[in-house]
Amino acid sequence: MATIITIYGLLGICLVASLIKSREKTKKAFKIAGKALFKTAPSLLTVLGIVGLTLGILTPETISSLVGAEAGFTATILAAVIGAITLIPSLVAFPLAGSLLRSGATVMTISAFITTLVMVGVVTAPMEIKALGNKFTLLRNSLGFIAALTIAGIMGALL
Amino acid sequence: MGLLKKFKSPVLIAFVFIGLAIWMPSTATRSSLVTLDYFKEMALIIPPVFILMGLMEIWIPKDKIQKWLGSESGMKGVVISFALGTLPTGPLYVAFPMTASLLRKGASITNMVIFLGSWAALKIPQLMVEIKFLGIVFTSLRFILTFIALVLVGTLMEFILRRKPDQEWLDNIIDER
Repeated sequence: MATIITIYGLLGICLVASLIKSREKTKKAFKIAGKALFKTAPSLLTVLGIVGLTLGILTPETISSLVGAEAGFTATILAAVIGAITLIPSLVAFPLAGSLLRSGATVMTISAFITTLVMVGVVTAPMEIKALGNKFTLLRNSLGFIAALTIAGIMGALL
Repeated sequence: MGLLKKFKSPVLIAFVFIGLAIWMPSTATRSSLVTLDYFKEMALIIPPVFILMGLMEIWIPKDKIQKWLGSESGMKGVVISFALGTLPTGPLYVAFPMTASLLRKGASITNMVIFLGSWAALKIPQLMVEIKFLGIVFTSLRFILTFIALVLVGTLMEFILRRKPDQEWLDNIIDER
């Protein structure tokens, strides 16, 4: 809800300011927006579909049975891979992570899951490639994955 | 035919859904519901974001972006990118087209990696949920380590992409102008 209010509020203010300054330029801005939207639409739809598929297959129950079953190194890597692939809303991900932690998963495993979840986005990659190019996307996600694992290692050692 | 080629991946995904509906109907139902949920969210968020982007493209001059977020912007650029990213502004896919237009206007790669990273990993509403379920110690430690990691990854990416720029992407930008 806060998101919607922020975005529409910002849009309202900017739109009024723009219209006061120049109607012509405002029209041009809409044209740019329309063109960009049309260009992004296919990758947008693809991402939507992939998000649905991954979340439909990897339900919170499935994830807990995969990650919670053992507390070893394999569980950490598995958690990192699941986190990297999926796009789980924070209202689902953090309660899940909390309950896994209480049921015996290690801090390292939970950190790996959370850090890769937020730093690496395999399912959103089609959109990222479309907007920012192959190389940028590949570098950002692979370096992000390495960084996420490092963070998980440090957190596991400290906490 | 051009339109079909453009929409080849969504069509492919649609076939996967149909296959799933035949062999694993309950998974297909769950997946469709999730997709529908996200579609509603996107339908609400995407149009205003793209209009804002269009307005930014028209009104904010290139030298301003360069000054605030360019490679000469230093600490100021890092702070601005980080602050913009943490605002409650919606899911990460919204940020990609925005980042692209900031890059075109002269923002540095380091700053844009920090912007995207804070957007995804250090968002204020998300941190609230994290503190509630994983505790303040876990959350603050992850926050600090993530921020350091983003600055390092950003600097490294800037270094790599300056030496060997993504020519294909650059050509594409020139096409759009």
